[in-house]
Amino acid sequence: MATQTAPPVGAAPLGGDDRPPRKIGFRQTLGRWDVKVSPYLYISPFFVLFAIVGLFPLLYTGWVSLHEWSLIGGQGEFVGLDNFTFVLGQTFFWSALRNTLSIFLLSTVPQVVVALVIAAMLDANLRAKTFWRMGVLLPYVVAPVAVGLVFSQMFADGSGMINSLLGQIGIDPIGWHKDVLPSHIAIASMVNFRWTGYNALILLAAMQAIPRDMYEAATLDGANRLRQFFSITVPMVRPTMIFVILTSTIGGLQIFDEPRMYDATGLGGSNGQWKTVTLYLYELGWNKQQLGRAAAVAWLLFLVIIVFALLNNFLTRRIASADDMSRTAKAARRSQRRASRDLTRRVKQTSDAAVPAAAPIDVDPR
Amino acid sequence: MSAPSLPVIQQTAGKGAAKAAARKRGRGNGGGADRRPGWVTYLVLGAFVLISAYPLYFTLQLASSTSADIAQNPFPGFLPGGELFSNLQRVFDADIDLVRATGNSLVVAIVTSVSVVFFSTLAGYSFSKLRFRGRGPLLVFVIATMAVPTQLGVVPLYIVMRELNLTGNLLAVVLPAMVTAFGVFWMTQYLDSALPYELIEAARVDGASMFRTFWSIALPAARPAAAMLALFTFITSWTNFFWPSIVLGAQNPTLPVALKLLQAGFFQDLPLIMAGVVLSIIPLLLLFVVAGRQLVAGIMAGAVKG
Repeated sequence: MATQTAPPVGAAPLGGDDRPPRKIGFRQTLGRWDVKVSPYLYISPFFVLFAIVGLFPLLYTGWVSLHEWSLIGGQGEFVGLDNFTFVLGQTFFWSALRNTLSIFLLSTVPQVVVALVIAAMLDANLRAKTFWRMGVLLPYVVAPVAVGLVFSQMFADGSGMINSLLGQIGIDPIGWHKDVLPSHIAIASMVNFRWTGYNALILLAAMQAIPRDMYEAATLDGANRLRQFFSITVPMVRPTMIFVILTSTIGGLQIFDEPRMYDATGLGGSNGQWKTVTLYLYELGWNKQQLGRAAAVAWLLFLVIIVFALLNNFLTRRIASADDMSRTAKAARRSQRRASRDLTRRVKQTSDAAVPAAAPIDVDPR
Repeated sequence: MSAPSLPVIQQTAGKGAAKAAARKRGRGNGGGADRRPGWVTYLVLGAFVLISAYPLYFTLQLASSTSADIAQNPFPGFLPGGELFSNLQRVFDADIDLVRATGNSLVVAIVTSVSVVFFSTLAGYSFSKLRFRGRGPLLVFVIATMAVPTQLGVVPLYIVMRELNLTGNLLAVVLPAMVTAFGVFWMTQYLDSALPYELIEAARVDGASMFRTFWSIALPAARPAAAMLALFTFITSWTNFFWPSIVLGAQNPTLPVALKLLQAGFFQDLPLIMAGVVLSIIPLLLLFVVAGRQLVAGIMAGAVKG
């Protein structure tokens, strides 16, 4: 029995010796390939997809914009820059550009300011923190389309909810749909509704990273809450603020959902009061069925976005350096004042001390 | 007299008292920002939250009234009327198939979320833990693409989708969203700190292939961040309107597209439209109730922007 279970000496190792080397060799090459290729393979889905649905369409938009290209008939003849001259000659394009910028400003500026205040309040040592944070985020889960539908009703002309609210404090009904600026305010308020709390949470995260001893030091120096907010909180979260502003620039200049839902027709009002550039792009391409012209609008909007991103960059830098300058100036003035105060105190001390004679001059009153 | 230290309080007055004392003193031990805020803060925050919630309540009110009610009183009363269910019934009877639209939205959102999480984790694992030539510049490129307004490529994208006969097909909505730069960046960040090299090496020494290592080591380790990424992708997909409205059309809509159709088709029947809005809001509202904490944590962990 024992001899049977023991492996046959001699034969098996020989046979095994013959084959495995080749097998291991193959596996090793395979393994080496695995190590070498896998990293690229794993990141390739993103790059392939971005090339196909991101980069290529963006570049191909340029090609389409140089052609007569109808929605149904497809590619027509090459027309050079005709689509661009057509679009630039339309008053609707310029009013759309104006509307987009106006809505963008009306939504971004108040949004960042309010978000900053809300974030500072959330940063305080609140009771039921999670409740407040979630409460602020609630609008984020409502689709812009739904927000648009609801707000278009709240801002109804004549006797809508907002107008009857205003009526109670003696303000005449406002033409929220009929007039240009009121319609922009209404649409901006939809954007603000959905994003203010969201951005407040982003800013809150930045605020929580501020070392607490800065506030302690400021408290000891006698700075009140308001002063601490402007002198510590705001400067410390500035990078995050710039990020928030930049993302709302890129998104805000392409605004579509809210203005599209602001009335039943969805093309920006009877006179294009709230027709935005993206809405105009949609109208040209899928309503008037001229994809070439829509592509021209897309390229123009692309340019506008680039200009704004650069402007953003430039402005934030300017503000930063101006801010630093004013701060150094202020600090210099402050230290000057302190020095003079110290001097008078010392003089007083010496004169007081002169009477009881040998009192030490260098006693710090603190 | 100085206050007793926390351990002293815990010994003499118990754990609860110590906790309360710690809370009262706050994180910074008396620092200015950690004092309990006054009632003004609660008042302002409360007003902000009320204003945030009011439009939802307003929707419910309109959805449960009749057209005649609304015409009479633009400022609906405090309590919702009783017509909600009949209005919902009318939405279901309308020729715009909201049930199908909800199903479509669900399919698109789920498939997109799963795909984004898988491919982003794969790429994030590679970027954070594997060594290869060009890793740094490629990652920078990925981050840079986040600033590219790809929405402006709709015209050629539409032409391509029509060439592929995909207009009206849910695939046309899913395909472009299958992996996002943000997702890759997010998973790279997370795995970089959360996955120790030792685990990967151990798996490799045990003879696991590269993919096996990813599947059994990296993927489980990425779970918390992956869940958040899935959550945000789901919401983004669910609320997405511009591209679906172009490529899907009226035959096979997602929920936002169906809402537009509802608005265009029944613009004089407000309660019906608002009932549709209520239907569209409910799923994400449920998600918010269940996973609101995670949403808050996710936004604060990395600045997400949909």
